[in-house]
Amino acid sequence: MFLTKISGYPSEILNFDAYQEEKIMPQDQVRQFLDFEKPIKDLLDEIELTKERTEKTKIDLSDQVAQLEQKVAETRKNITGNLTDWQRVQLSRHPDRPYTHKYIELMTENYVELYGDRNIKDDKAMVGGFATLDGQTVMIIGQQKGSNTKKRQLRNFGMANPEGYRKALRLMKLAEKFNKPIITLIDTPGAFPGLEAEERGQGEAIARNIYEMMRLKVPVICVIIGEGASGGALGIGVGDRVFMMENTWYTVISPENCSTILWRSWDFKMKAAEQLKLTSAKMKEFGLIDGIVPEPEGGAHWNYSVAAHNLKQQLIASLKELKPKDPQQRINDRIEKFSRMGFWEEYKQ
Amino acid sequence: MSKEIEDFDADLSGAGQDKDKAGWFKRIKKGILTKTSEKRETQEGLWTKCPECNYISTQTELKEQQYVCPKCGYHHRISSLQYYDILFDNQEYTELFTNIRGRDFLGFTDLKPYKKRLEDFWSNTNMDDSMRVAVGKAEGEGLVVAAMDFAFIGGSLGSVAGEKFARAVDHCIQHRLPFMCICKSGGARMMESAFSLMQLAKTSGKLSQLTDAQLPYISFLTDPSFGGITASFGMLGDLNIAEPGALIGFAGPRVIKETIKKDLPEGFQRSEFLLEHGFLDFIVNRKDLKHKLAVVLRHFRN
Ligand SMILES: [Zn+2]
Repeated sequence: MFLTKISGYPSEILNFDAYQEEKIMPQDQVRQFLDFEKPIKDLLDEIELTKERTEKTKIDLSDQVAQLEQKVAETRKNITGNLTDWQRVQLSRHPDRPYTHKYIELMTENYVELYGDRNIKDDKAMVGGFATLDGQTVMIIGQQKGSNTKKRQLRNFGMANPEGYRKALRLMKLAEKFNKPIITLIDTPGAFPGLEAEERGQGEAIARNIYEMMRLKVPVICVIIGEGASGGALGIGVGDRVFMMENTWYTVISPENCSTILWRSWDFKMKAAEQLKLTSAKMKEFGLIDGIVPEPEGGAHWNYSVAAHNLKQQLIASLKELKPKDPQQRINDRIEKFSRMGFWEEYKQ
Repeated sequence: MSKEIEDFDADLSGAGQDKDKAGWFKRIKKGILTKTSEKRETQEGLWTKCPECNYISTQTELKEQQYVCPKCGYHHRISSLQYYDILFDNQEYTELFTNIRGRDFLGFTDLKPYKKRLEDFWSNTNMDDSMRVAVGKAEGEGLVVAAMDFAFIGGSLGSVAGEKFARAVDHCIQHRLPFMCICKSGGARMMESAFSLMQLAKTSGKLSQLTDAQLPYISFLTDPSFGGITASFGMLGDLNIAEPGALIGFAGPRVIKETIKKDLPEGFQRSEFLLEHGFLDFIVNRKDLKHKLAVVLRHFRN
């Protein structure tokens, strides 16, 4: 991981005209780079140096800067075009990636955050509330991760406790009562494996959500926006449509834990990632998800606005498809869709 | 007495088949290893030592006692067929959906290809997968019973178990029968990746249909019931009931211990602990299971 401070942005990023500059990434954001993103960092550093030189020498180097910026764009494209499965897992965990509240901010208006499960407490790892998406009220719910050490702890790294799943269900039932569609944004390394979580029934909470989501009378759309690990993800992941952002993963166990159990060592996480076939492309190929939402070149963290814009378009299109359907028909289709998942052979005795 | 932490990793990886690999676990994990391989060895012999009280009983005696220790009441882990013999009148029942078998759709290879693993389990266990479904009568009450086998890759939940569960629900709806699932599993089958995860949704969706048909579903949790099981059909019963002392939870004890970096309290994740925290309707001794089941089925029916 490398850190570098960027004062401005390559013009190519700024030129996305539908959105304002500050929504791309906050000004003075300290960009963080994964190992395989180092070529991008080097180019950005070079741009900075060139700009500084311009200031000092008053020689016009804008052609050189433009060339470098072009190179940045190409490098980003090359990198996301040739990622290994493990690198894609790393990208899904990129510390600069947009999280649930960022998507809500960029896709919707009038967000009213709602707290608490009306029972134990408010789980900060699970957030949600009413919001206006394309002129219509929706309930939008998701795991929230933090963007710095303090916030990461507050959000418990996106690992919800049972009260988080029960809070999510409370909001879903509220949406159902007032006939509002539900959108869930999934980003979790798993449900929290703690002592209190077990006391309060982590398994039961997730099971109840899966069951109740199957029966919701309103349209439900689920999107993996980062990590989609196991029951913790599925606990808010049962919908009429399930999508994955391009650089995310979704499977039954994290590659690290899979490596520990099946290879009996931490060292096989790359191999595990490969074998699990956990990428959006594979999941689409298997028919386990309904579609992939494209991310900006290099990943969603390079342009929050483009990522949010793409997701918003997908959500609007899916809602348009789902809303006219009869509620019971939607439920039947939902159950039928998940019932088809699996592989087996029938043989003669 | 300091007890070893139960751990299903070796079973879920399919290493229970291979004594050397189970031994590897023992060396690496030191104090926190599975005891399953030792149990299996003793069960194959003529004498079985109770892991709780060290009482030594013969196979014949154990069978008469329905595999409950005559001295301390410890419930030994038993198979789906042994449960069927205990539950069904005159040990008469019909096994359903016996023609479904797994396949290695993903070409998953860890230390062994999944295909080979399945073949080894088929030839070594005489089981098709980790779940059987049978229909029969308990004290005259007709019901369908799905039962899991821990001996088949740690009872892991994969596509075959999911499909059998789904068909069992369909059978119940078609014939207006109540449904029970005897849970016994370390969790989801990792070699089926996201397909195994989706069995949680599949089975829960089918239970939603059973609800709409107003037919009762009883989840009977036995030692152990973990992960994807409790996060789906294991906790979705109209009644959730359990055997005494069964280890039941979402996250495995090893993972929790590593997370909180403290010893787990005595009795943590045991049936009695779940009952106290409000997640079980009751705990039932194996010897009373059949009668109590019949009583509640009559309550549902009348
Ligand atoms: Zn005993």
